[in-house]
Amino acid sequence: MLAPHPETWLCTRPEGLFCKPGDFFVDPVRPVPRAIITHGHSDHARPDHGAVLATRETLAIMRARMGEDRAGRVQQEIAYGEALEINGVRVTLRPAGHVLGSAQVVMDWKGSRAVVSGDYKRRPDPTCAPFEPVPCDVFVTEATFALPVFRHPDPAEEIGKLLRSVALFPERTHVIGCYALGKAQRLISLLRESGWDRPVPLHGALMKLCRLYEELGVSLGPLEPATVANKALFVGNIVLAPPSAIQDRWARRLAEPVPCLASGWMRVRQRARQGGVELPLVISDHADWDELLDTCAEVQAPEIWITHGREEALIHALAQRGQRGRALHLVGLGDEEIEDEPGGGE
Amino acid sequence: MSVKLFAALLESLVYTPSRNGKLRLLRDWFATAPDPDRGVGLAALAGELALKTAKPALVRDLVAARTDPALLALSHDYVGDFAETVALIWPERPGANQPPPGLAEVVELLELTSKADLPDLIASWLDVLDSSARFALIKLVTGGLRVGASARLAKTALADWSGTPLDDIEEVWHGVAPPYLAIFRWLEGKGPRPDPNGAPVFRPLMLAHPLEEKDFAALHAPDWRAEWKWDGIRVQVTSGPGGARLWSRGGEDVSASFPDLAPSLTFHAVLDGELLVVREGEVAPFSDLQQRLNRKAPGAKLQQQHPAMIRLYDILMDGEEDLRGLPFDARRARLEAWFARERPALMDVSPLIPFASMAELAAIRDGTRAASIEGLMLKRADSAYVPGRTKGLWWKWKRDPLTIDAVLMYAQRGHGKRSSFYSDFTFGLWRGEELVPVGKAYSGYTDEELLWLDRWIRNNTTARFGPVREVEKELVLEVAFDAAQRSGRHKSGVALRFPRIARIRRDKPASEADRLETLMATIPDGGA
Repeated sequence: MLAPHPETWLCTRPEGLFCKPGDFFVDPVRPVPRAIITHGHSDHARPDHGAVLATRETLAIMRARMGEDRAGRVQQEIAYGEALEINGVRVTLRPAGHVLGSAQVVMDWKGSRAVVSGDYKRRPDPTCAPFEPVPCDVFVTEATFALPVFRHPDPAEEIGKLLRSVALFPERTHVIGCYALGKAQRLISLLRESGWDRPVPLHGALMKLCRLYEELGVSLGPLEPATVANKALFVGNIVLAPPSAIQDRWARRLAEPVPCLASGWMRVRQRARQGGVELPLVISDHADWDELLDTCAEVQAPEIWITHGREEALIHALAQRGQRGRALHLVGLGDEEIEDEPGGGE
Repeated sequence: MSVKLFAALLESLVYTPSRNGKLRLLRDWFATAPDPDRGVGLAALAGELALKTAKPALVRDLVAARTDPALLALSHDYVGDFAETVALIWPERPGANQPPPGLAEVVELLELTSKADLPDLIASWLDVLDSSARFALIKLVTGGLRVGASARLAKTALADWSGTPLDDIEEVWHGVAPPYLAIFRWLEGKGPRPDPNGAPVFRPLMLAHPLEEKDFAALHAPDWRAEWKWDGIRVQVTSGPGGARLWSRGGEDVSASFPDLAPSLTFHAVLDGELLVVREGEVAPFSDLQQRLNRKAPGAKLQQQHPAMIRLYDILMDGEEDLRGLPFDARRARLEAWFARERPALMDVSPLIPFASMAELAAIRDGTRAASIEGLMLKRADSAYVPGRTKGLWWKWKRDPLTIDAVLMYAQRGHGKRSSFYSDFTFGLWRGEELVPVGKAYSGYTDEELLWLDRWIRNNTTARFGPVREVEKELVLEVAFDAAQRSGRHKSGVALRFPRIARIRRDKPASEADRLETLMATIPDGGA
């Protein structure tokens, strides 16, 4: 018997991507009875689902962000590689390399396989397990940076740029705007790899998740709250804060701050200049153009479904490589990087 | 490595808003870049790099041959700037194992390479550079380089870095061509001060301090000479066997904007004066002069409709004789004698204003209403011509500013140190039942007032548009300004010169703020 095409059993609904025989959603945007969550960013992990299946780390992140009672009435952990049958659908999670705990959802149904990758990246990241390509019939991908202008440079070079600026302006504070989950911890790790061993002062909004990362076994070195009482720490130091804080009242405690922003969007000058950023750092937790295409090739899927982002360019490029692309137009995804821009609230 | 280093410098300069930050970046460049790239970079920053440039179409063809047209179009739509799109999308060639070119090498090869070989040359460079260096290179070869630093700032950094007074650098600057090896040798103590050899050079100007009440009280009338303070542009005229130039206040060569004055520059002297647009003996508003200054090569029509002239008020050199050490009175006599002798076209001498007492002078100042006159200049009779702003020798004594009571409408965050404060204010006046914006001010307030305004704005925001907040139309600000001018570019039809916040009028309800008609009435001849 011919295996059923995934479009017969995996579909989009207003709540999100739905597996019909398994009767569960992946990263639904509204409360649903049963959800599998790829990772803890707030556009993928929403509160108030019935049963939630995710990695141990993702569940811990969800509890920390939304409270024990809103992270799913029933919470079920599943380790990478461990298989689970849900109404005849075999479900496995594989690392996505995006943030700690991030996973691709591998679904096998009657000999046909679909992989929902969530958000992912291919660069090494000491704070999370690396992406594992899984051959499949349909690969569901993001397309955040799906234009050939997005080629992320080596993050070590970007950190080098930052450290040169710190050396040139030793009396000032470099304050890096970054997302609280994933980016902040990766930046700290990159700094540590480059030999930066000073205590890193953190905005209050970042502290909780950094502590959680440490509890989950990712060591980040000395961290300090960036409070007014700790002012002496700020001179010549690198401070991390949410993007919205780096140019607002909170930043007045810093020493002549140099506002920096770490995001894949920083590759485009106009995007960087709009926010008054003085030092753009092109460091992203998403796949860039080459990595998107390489990944689609590696998983050998004849069909690529695109959840959100710049799907037009990706579909065009995939067609030239003999892969069929299809835009799912899922709403509510992609906000995680939008929050990376300053001025988005106070 | 140098194109890359230079590209990194350019990128940092563009992103760094503060002057001190830019100075630091430039000093670092002078200290670390090798010769001759160091000087080629400096020339590019100072706008003095004469390059044979390539057409943008050349770059367009190169990238079209290397990319998919649909992806290029989508990328261009997203990025906006074409040069930046090319820099980002250019396919890396991991096999291209040549070293990246040096900056001086790029400039030299552009000059030497034939038009037919230019595309291959540029492509070979783009292949070995990173995206930010590709961007700088494309802008450089197509002539669209914007640097985020002025020539003056670059020279200031040169002075800071070498510990040499800026004035000394200015006096040799225009006598040495890029890459300025003789200047760097001199600044590093490895060579003599370069001799301009008769080439026209800029001599730093003597500047005035604003006169305040406490200073005024100490002035003794017989020690002082008075002139009108014209609302034009300060220029230095240098003319001699080596050529003629018009220099702006900051030592920029503005000769090209005023070709109509060139035929007058046949003498051998260095003069100080005010550039004005004058029609039938009447000095035109400043905005007319600005239109001339904005054009690098003004058309015949513009020259005819905005005729320029120079009103002289000092002489620095007569032939080879340096007069700067003479007292003001002696220089003035030399200026008048020189003028009587030379009779240059399109020039006159700014008259001295006779007065017997300071009280009489104050009355003269209060009595002037002509828009072309900003107030008075007071110059000490015995003062030598000293470059820079030495206190107590020259005073500028502006007319009292005009004021209006306007309503705060929008606020925007400032830059650099003020980036967490709403410090740029758009204010409006009543026209009928509606408020129309008439200007923007970002100075005049104290630190305490700024704190108060910032808090008030955050608590009274009604809408946000990106970095701009619209606020409740409730707060009245007393705005001081030097003059109002008609303007077709503003919705209200009027533009203010030097508006600043004089006071916060918490006591005044918005409905009692001034009307637009009141402002219009301050424009001489009713704003015809």
